[in-house]
Amino acid sequence: MNILEEIRTKFGSKADILVKSKKRVYVSVSLDDAKDVISYLFRILGARMSIATGIDTRTGVEMLYHMAFDKHDLVVTVRTVVEKPELKMPTLTDIIPAANWIEREIHEMLGVDFIGHPGLERLLLPDDWQAGEYPFRKKTFDSEKEGEPHP
Amino acid sequence: MVDLFKWGLKKSPWVFHLAASACNNCDIELLDTLTPKFDVERFGITLVGSPRHADVLVVSGIVNRQSIERFKRVYDDVPKPKLVVAIGACACSADMFRDSYNFVKPVDEIIPVDVYVPGCPPKPEAIIAGIIKALGKIK
Amino acid sequence: MAKENFIPIGPFHPLLEEPEYFKFFVEGEKIVDAEVRVGYNHRGIEKLAESKTYEQDVFLVERICGICSTSHPFAFVQAAEDISGIEVPERAKYIRTIIGELERIHSHLLWVGLAGHFIGYNTVFMWAWKYREPVLDIFEAISGNRNHYGMFKVGGVRRDILEKDVPSLLKAISEVEGFCSMLTKAVMDDPVIQARTKGIGILKKKDAIDLCVVGPVARASGIDIDIRKDHPYAAYDKVCFDKIVMQDGDVFSKAAIRLLETIESVKIIRACLKDLPKGPIDADIREIGIGEGIGQHEAPRGEVIHYVRSNGSNYPERHKIRAPSFMNVPSFKKTVIGESIADAALITAAVDPCYCCTERMVVVDRETNRTLKTGEELVRLCQEKTEKMIK
Repeated sequence: MNILEEIRTKFGSKADILVKSKKRVYVSVSLDDAKDVISYLFRILGARMSIATGIDTRTGVEMLYHMAFDKHDLVVTVRTVVEKPELKMPTLTDIIPAANWIEREIHEMLGVDFIGHPGLERLLLPDDWQAGEYPFRKKTFDSEKEGEPHP
Repeated sequence: MVDLFKWGLKKSPWVFHLAASACNNCDIELLDTLTPKFDVERFGITLVGSPRHADVLVVSGIVNRQSIERFKRVYDDVPKPKLVVAIGACACSADMFRDSYNFVKPVDEIIPVDVYVPGCPPKPEAIIAGIIKALGKIK
Repeated sequence: MAKENFIPIGPFHPLLEEPEYFKFFVEGEKIVDAEVRVGYNHRGIEKLAESKTYEQDVFLVERICGICSTSHPFAFVQAAEDISGIEVPERAKYIRTIIGELERIHSHLLWVGLAGHFIGYNTVFMWAWKYREPVLDIFEAISGNRNHYGMFKVGGVRRDILEKDVPSLLKAISEVEGFCSMLTKAVMDDPVIQARTKGIGILKKKDAIDLCVVGPVARASGIDIDIRKDHPYAAYDKVCFDKIVMQDGDVFSKAAIRLLETIESVKIIRACLKDLPKGPIDADIREIGIGEGIGQHEAPRGEVIHYVRSNGSNYPERHKIRAPSFMNVPSFKKTVIGESIADAALITAAVDPCYCCTERMVVVDRETNRTLKTGEELVRLCQEKTEKMIK
């Protein structure tokens, strides 16, 4: 099975595929398609969700879902941007239970609201942490380059 | 009476270990002192399971916002006279974590520290030496 | 049903170090629900990493966890190297592999000792920790420190293994192999340990897949993953070793896998020492390019993954760190529900939550929300069950 071919066939132009190397592929998708693409990778192609990274940018929070294909020596990172100021996206926990803690952490660190998550409670931050304070949000975006979603 | 108590304290100190937010390396080296190679019990030093039974409080790690209340409570639970030994760079000075958003204060600004054992982590021999040095403070 | 009063939380058992907080809800002796509160150890390291240089970050991430202290640098330097495809010299790859496997042995022995204590076999604890010492001595000989070895850097390793030291290291590792084999046999053949741990705390394969667990926890439930074989790195594609996978998903399988892995680790170390290629140990990297990179390492507890984004400066723009326990700890809920509280301590420990978590365990009555037992009492219950079995 060729993973990239499967993704191209299924999603066509909805998935903008960047092959960085034999082991590293980055797939950019719109927010609306993100859940479908990740579900397909997990349920049909057999990927494992290794972790998700959230990065604060000027226009939104860039979400990177690192999906490991252990039988193919490949990590496919699905990239999407959750727009500010709404910062909402549907939860993945109904498809991938492992997303539970992952989304809780991104919620408390960056303020993204995962709609439908069973319980977005505090995970790592102390109980008395100020609500509305997100440690990973940048206070300023200094240079032009910093803070742009990755091309 | 007080002198007799102090003599007893010197002979068989009971040590309670309080880990704040630590990477556990100091904690493991402390536990290593129990194993046959170092055998801390031949000095009469025993690790106990409750601060209320302790004479010496051995502290490791940094104090973060989630652990500070428990940290202070444990210190208060140790009956007087008590000694505090800070083991490891984190407990001595908070080291590289000072700029963290979750860091509160260095240990010795929260409770008084009698002996500092630097190292990352300090070797078991250094920890034992530190505890014995603390006991030497009792005159 | 609750009879006892609230016991102040704070099971400060000397062997149970760290601040996480497991809550078990019971009806009678049976666990019906479980929760874990983490965060006591949160030091904000990901954010701190952005204000430190790449070189400083290697030392910073080493201190995420004392037991797998090389695992995070291993993944981090690979993530940084992945950004612009930095090639690491062969000799450095072999040295990295040796350090990684030595760590696996010491970590698994530590865990076996802890589990032995929980069951009430304090001799296992003493043996395992005693036999850890020669491994720490090897670390000290190679790196200068028993823990926190400071061996990794972007582009290579910081210290070499001298040719003249290789024979004594080979001898030392053969001794390590001797007692790992002995300990493995003693533990796996012991009928009481088998009775105590087989069929307990089972994680079903489907749950393991859905929760994306990693490491021995995954392999115990029949999931055939090991980053060293699946996404080869360092010198792992140059050496022969077996992936240890079992199907039952119980505490026994998790223990057996860890023990058997120490034997495989010895094989890897021996092969690397014998075949250590000549050459430089450092690619002498002066700058990290612009871009992003991912690094993975099979730590003793499972996959460690780091993601780094670079804007070309000396400071990472974003550094994501994911330890294996982040994926594995949530699985404890699936494994304790339906079990007896006498097994709670053991099942929790079997997840091997980086040794940090098993201190703060508490049993709460479902109906009244009163605390019935502290962590220390849970460990005692665990030990008492073994005693009853022996009688």
